[in-house]
This record gives sequence, structure tokens and C-alpha cells, in this order.
Amino acid sequence: MTAAREPVLTSGRASLRRRIDHGVKSLAQGRLGRTLVIALPYAWLLLFLLLPILIVLKISFSEMALASPPYTPMLQWVEQRTLSLSLHLGNYAFLWQDPLYMAAYLNSLKIAAVSTVLCLLIGYPMAYAIARAPSGWRIVLLMLVILPFWTSFLIRVYAWIGLLQGNGLINHLLLSLGLIDQPLVLLHSNFAVYLGIVYSYLPFMILPLYATLVRMDLTLLEAAADLGSPPWKSFLTVTLPLSLPGVIAGSLLVFIPAVGEFVIPDLLGGPDSLMIGKVLWTEFFSNRDWPVASAVAIAMLLVILVPLLLFQRVEERETTDPTR
Amino acid sequence: MTGRRPFWLFTALAFGYAFLYLPIVTLIVYSFNDSRLVTVWGGFSTRWYGELLRNEQILAALWLSVRIAAMNATFATVLGTLAALTLVRFARFRTRMLFAGMVAAPLVMPEVILGLSALLMFVTLEQMVGWPAGRGMTTITIAHITFTTAFVAVVVQSRLSQLDGSLEEAAMDLGARPWKVFLVIILPIISPALIAGWLLGFTLSMDDLVIASFVSGPGATTLPMVIYSSVRMGVSPQVNALATIIVVVVSTGVVVAGWLLHRQGRRRQS
Repeated sequence: MTAAREPVLTSGRASLRRRIDHGVKSLAQGRLGRTLVIALPYAWLLLFLLLPILIVLKISFSEMALASPPYTPMLQWVEQRTLSLSLHLGNYAFLWQDPLYMAAYLNSLKIAAVSTVLCLLIGYPMAYAIARAPSGWRIVLLMLVILPFWTSFLIRVYAWIGLLQGNGLINHLLLSLGLIDQPLVLLHSNFAVYLGIVYSYLPFMILPLYATLVRMDLTLLEAAADLGSPPWKSFLTVTLPLSLPGVIAGSLLVFIPAVGEFVIPDLLGGPDSLMIGKVLWTEFFSNRDWPVASAVAIAMLLVILVPLLLFQRVEERETTDPTR
Repeated sequence: MTGRRPFWLFTALAFGYAFLYLPIVTLIVYSFNDSRLVTVWGGFSTRWYGELLRNEQILAALWLSVRIAAMNATFATVLGTLAALTLVRFARFRTRMLFAGMVAAPLVMPEVILGLSALLMFVTLEQMVGWPAGRGMTTITIAHITFTTAFVAVVVQSRLSQLDGSLEEAAMDLGARPWKVFLVIILPIISPALIAGWLLGFTLSMDDLVIASFVSGPGATTLPMVIYSSVRMGVSPQVNALATIIVVVVSTGVVVAGWLLHRQGRRRQS
């Protein structure tokens, strides 16, 4: 009996030992490494990205106070055993009631939407032309689109001040051509804000458009032409629908940052070009009202969340699409 | 279709590139203008470059920005690569959605929100644990790392997902440990993406005004902050000279890097 059971037992022990060995090994090389790889960026983002936003949310529910830091605490020991939790909703009510904030939000959305359409109108023909250029040229043309994006954003906005200001180059040119009698007010206007946003964000529109247009199967157009479709109709029924993912991606890449833009409305805009990013900046730096600035930020995040969720749905559909 | 190139496409390209480059070109031209006024051409001169090189405030700000940008780019490349590895290679783990969302969030969050939230966090932390004591270079660097990591992760992620998994499998079958596979196989292949990510991180940090303004403290003035305050006063020829230098340096870097990557890609193909 015992002699018969002995080998089974040892083989069981050996396999157990192998398993333990394997476990230790995988912990030492694979799993531990894997845990570290995940943990490092995870911890960083939790601490420096998610936590700060939760803090903003918390401070948006407090009141401005003459203290350091300048807001009231949310949790407070009132007496020995009473912890009071105060949620001050006044900041949000204030945003809702004060026409300035509503106007700023709506104006930001309007400026971002119009700029996005303008970017699309200028960017689509460019992306189309680049995608249909000889393949040797494409990389050069694309590089020329990307290059301004790498040079300083602030400096590109600054370049327009020199062109647009009252005694600037454009006015100078128009005056000397005799087209106008006195300088036009170009700088510090909504016009300048649109110009600045379109100029700064145009590469973000062109790149995704190019990516979808260059992948397109050109034989589809040939087939359409063979079947007697005029070029404009082929464009509307074949090219445009196929490039729709690029249109959506490009539009969001322009629209979302444009909504929260601060530098452009501040440097190029006038008193009437109210944008929410600028309102937040003023609220924080000039009025030193941290709770209201926080409430503005939270409301801005909510506004941006809507197109984002839309984008994610489109992305998901694209990545799960088996035809790609 | 490819043989015939309609005239209007050419026009669209010419108009588009003129729009993109005309402001930059006028900026460069007027940096060599002897006159202080933008509209008056006072003859060719390099005096603004001379004044720029003697401007201690700008030079100090430049040095601070370069240090922050280099440190930021290095940390962001490490974190971004780890984040990309996690997203591409470890497809399944709990709270993956949260992680993916956090990695991508800075790409679409307005800078004012990133800046405000980072500052409020630093203030809260200082209150609770006494660190960071005051704000300055360290806080700017940390805030920059947080938002540039997202950009590096996108660049590395696209490279990693193109990677052929069979190479790794072969190395594992031959007994290579995971970290060795990473160092010997994955790292060399994704190195162009790492370089691109580092350069992107460096540029984004050098360029950032909004986040730095929020989390900066007394004595820590970065280059964009100096440019911004001088631009608010109006057009200044010194800023033109500075802009020209930045444009020339960046363009050279981008063209050289693009050419190197292009050559490397071609060599790999052949």
C-alpha cells in the first residue's frame, strides 16, 4: 500500500514545488515588473491629476474668506463631537444668476463653434490637396503644416498683434493702396479672436483629415466616374462620408481647446470678446475669489464633457468596425 | 484622378500656407528692422539681437524654462512610456477605464483648469503635510509633467500598437525575461517615438504660459511669462528678435529630427 502511494506523493510534492518556484519567479520578473509599470504612472496621475480636480470640486462648495488659503473649510469641528459639513451652493447659484457668466459660456461656445467651422472650410481643401499630392511631396507638405505647431504658440499669437494693430502692417497696406481712409479697428475685436483661434488650431484640423483622406480607396472614385457620376457628386457621396471620422476628430480637437482658450481672447480680443477661460483667470488672479473660480472650472468641465463623450462613442465605433 | 490636379486645389494649398507662414515671416523680417515702429522700415540692423543678449531678465527666464523643460521631458517620457505600455500590453486589469481616462484627460482639458487644479492641490498639500513649501520651479515642473505625460503616452502608444508581437514572443520562448525583452527588443524599436515624445514634452513645457502662471511663485518667472508681460505692453522689437531665434532653432530641430526619422524608416523598410 505505502509503496504504491509513495511515487504519487513525491510527484505531487514536486509539482507543488515547481508551482511555488514558478510563482516566485513570475512574481520576481513578470508580475512585480508589471505591477511597477502600472503603479508608477497610476499613482502619479491619481495624485497630480484626479486629486486636484476633486479639490477644485470641494473648494467650489466653499465660501470666499479672508484667510490663508482664502476659502472656508468644508469639514469643521463645531463642538467637541460635532463635525459640520457645509456645502455652500452659492457659487453655482451666482454663476447661474449673474448674466456675465452665462454670456461668457455662450460666447465661448459660439466662438469655438464658428472657429471650428472656419477651420474645416480652410483645412479640408488643404488636407485633400496634400493627400492627393505625389507621395514624395506629402511628407514635405505635412511637415510644413506641423512646423508652426512646434514653434511657440504665444509667439504666433503675438505675430498677429504686429499685423493687426492700428498702425500695423495690414492697415498700413490698405491705407497706402487707398482702399480705406482711416485705420480699421482690427485688433481687440471678435474678428481678431476668430483669426487667432483659426490660425493657431488649423494644424489640429488638417492632420486627422489628412489621415482619413490618404487612406481612402481611390478606386471607389474611379468606379463612380465610370458609372457617370460628375466629380462634385462623387465628392459629396463618396469622399465626404468616408472622411467623416476625420471631420469629427478634427472638429473636436479644435472645438474643445478653443472653448477654454485664454491667451487668444486676452491678447487679441476686446472688452466684448468675453470667454470663459478669461473669466476664470480674472476671477482667480484679479478678484482672488478661489471658490467662484473653482465653480467656473467645474461648470466648464461639464460643458466640455458632452462633446467628449460623443467623441468616445465615435472612437469606439471606429475601433470595433471590422471593415477597417 | 491622380494625374489631373485641379487648379483650385493648388490655390487652396497656396492660400493655406500663406496664411500659416505670413505672420511668422513678417515677424522675422521686422526683427531686423532698425526702427522701433513696426510699420516703418528703418534699415537692416541686428541691434535688437544685441539688446536681447544683454537683457538679463530674459536670459534668466530662458535658463529657468530650459531647465524645467528638460526635467519635465525626461520624467514625462518615462511616465508616458510606462502608461503606454500599460495601455497597450496589459489589456485587462481592474479600473483600466479610469486609468485610460486619466492618461487622456490632459489632452482635452483646458489649460486654465489644469493650472487652477494643480495650484489648489499644491496649496492643500502644503497646508496638510508642509510640502511643497512655497511654489516655484518644482511645482511648475510637476504640473508640466502631469500634462505632458499624456502627449508622450499618445505618441508611444501609437508606435507600440504597431509593434509586431511575434518578436517578443520569440524572445520569451528563447528564455528572455520580461525586462530583458523590454530593454533589448521593445526599447530600440520604439526609440524614435521616445525621442519624438521627449521633444514634444520639451516644447510643450517651453511654450506653456497658463499652467506656469498658476503654479509659479515669486522669483520663478519662465520665458513665456516674460514674453507675455512684455507683449501686453505692446509690440517690442526685442520680442521679435527672440521669436526669430525660437522659430529658427525649433524649425532646424524639427526638420533634422524629421529627416533622421524618415531615413531610419526607409532603412528599416529596405
